[in-house]
Amino acid sequence: MGDLLKNYDVWGAIWTTIQLALLSAIGATIVGTIVAIMRVSPVGILRGLGTTYVNTFRNTPLTVLLVMSVLGFSFILGLSISDDFARNAFWWAVVMLSLYHAAFVCEALRSGINTVPAGQAEAARSVGLSFGQSLSEVLLPQSFRGAIAPLVSTYIALIKNTTVAAVIGVSESAGLLSVITENEGGSLLLFFMFAMIFVILTLPIGVVGTNLSRRLAVKR
Amino acid sequence: MSASVLFDAPGPKARARHRILTVVGAVLALGILYLVYAKMKEAGQLESGMWLPFLNDPSLWMDYLIPGIINTLKAAFLSVIFAGVFGLIFGMGRLSEVTAIRWFCGVIVEFFRAVPVLLMMVFAFFGYFATSSVIPQEYGPLAAVVLALTLYNGSVIAELVRSGVYSLPKGQGEAGLSIGLTPPQVLRSIQLPQALTAMLPALIGQFVVVLKDSALGTAITYQELLTWGKTLGSAYGNTVPAYIVVAIIFIILNYLMTRLATAVQHWLARRGTTAGPVTTAQPVLIQGGAEPGEITHTGTDIVREGAQDVREAATKARDSRRDNRQDPGW
Repeated sequence: MGDLLKNYDVWGAIWTTIQLALLSAIGATIVGTIVAIMRVSPVGILRGLGTTYVNTFRNTPLTVLLVMSVLGFSFILGLSISDDFARNAFWWAVVMLSLYHAAFVCEALRSGINTVPAGQAEAARSVGLSFGQSLSEVLLPQSFRGAIAPLVSTYIALIKNTTVAAVIGVSESAGLLSVITENEGGSLLLFFMFAMIFVILTLPIGVVGTNLSRRLAVKR
Repeated sequence: MSASVLFDAPGPKARARHRILTVVGAVLALGILYLVYAKMKEAGQLESGMWLPFLNDPSLWMDYLIPGIINTLKAAFLSVIFAGVFGLIFGMGRLSEVTAIRWFCGVIVEFFRAVPVLLMMVFAFFGYFATSSVIPQEYGPLAAVVLALTLYNGSVIAELVRSGVYSLPKGQGEAGLSIGLTPPQVLRSIQLPQALTAMLPALIGQFVVVLKDSALGTAITYQELLTWGKTLGSAYGNTVPAYIVVAIIFIILNYLMTRLATAVQHWLARRGTTAGPVTTAQPVLIQGGAEPGEITHTGTDIVREGAQDVREAATKARDSRRDNRQDPGW
């Protein structure tokens, strides 16, 4: 095990996984929120655009998106983010992970909004709150509470899906595992070590998320 | 519809604002389309030679895309069947009366749900199937894909089984016990049949996840649709169109599956012979996050979602009544 840490950049791979997860989570949250706003807006064409976005990205395998980004967009169309090959693959992975999970973040937020009964909005209006007030004081706080559980599921899925970046040569955990098993042969211990990385990364988020969603659940 | 919760019926000012936003949206959509068009044109990806083979070259379909689709579906179907068996066994294990069995199944299920599918696939292939002779060499990649997808999706289905049983009304189990059935008999002959019917839409939704994840097989040289798409791209010199067509095929397959899940859900709701809420979870949500049974997604969540569905339906019904009332006015 000591040799392994000396010969291979295990910590570097873990750090790349964490970087991928953090940057993509931020990107997915921003894009997902914008798409969610579009999907609940009263303007037909914006709703249509949002729905198209979600259906397209949710039904395309992440692997296809990533392979298409580097082999298609970068090599053929010349859309490179960085001249350095490794940096380019890394940033394309962040972009595609963000776009893919944005569709799920959008659906999580929307399901949160759907938990708010129409009576809440009607009550807010009837006591004389303006649109902005009813949104910020009554509707959004309840929506966010309802969205916590599906959002946490999405972020956990995102952390696990960062492994797919190995397909386009980003040297993160799954990529390193395949290199090591090819060179040294696979041992179950090795697999458990790499599996534990993800258990350690996702378990706290799951536990905290479940507690939060229980504690903040809107009693109706 | 969520918009009705947030917004009142628009007045003249709001309608004017909506018209402006409509124009902005249209400009945005056209702008994106133009950008894609310009970039593709610049790289020469719109020439007819790139796209025509998809229409007039049967060998492109017969030699490249169809074998890819067949291999993708083969991996997906095998995985779903094995995952169903795995899920049923471990789901029942988690509901067992024996603490040791419950714990063992719980640990297995939670572990395989937390580990990325690709990690399992890579290890199963490079660490085992690529070098072992248990399975003929040419089936190694398929075996690794099916094994990884089975372990992960089987664990998710195990959770679905458990939450499906939990979502049944308590009276069902109690009634079974009171007529003298043993707890395992109650589970087998009363709770599971109802839970499985209720789970059907969620199971079909899981098939979408399996279908998408089977594309990971490309990382371990499994000859599925994406791999064949890549080969096709180099053979015909049309990489970008090939990937776009592959993506469209996946979208169509998954969209059909999602529609099927919704149809089954409606059918079950109409049939209405199971006790309690038959919708364990919306297929949309099951598909959401790509992984339904994440750690947070416990039985209570599923039940709550079922309750939400009912509530949503009630809201929708009321909204449509309100809209009808307003119709003559507008």
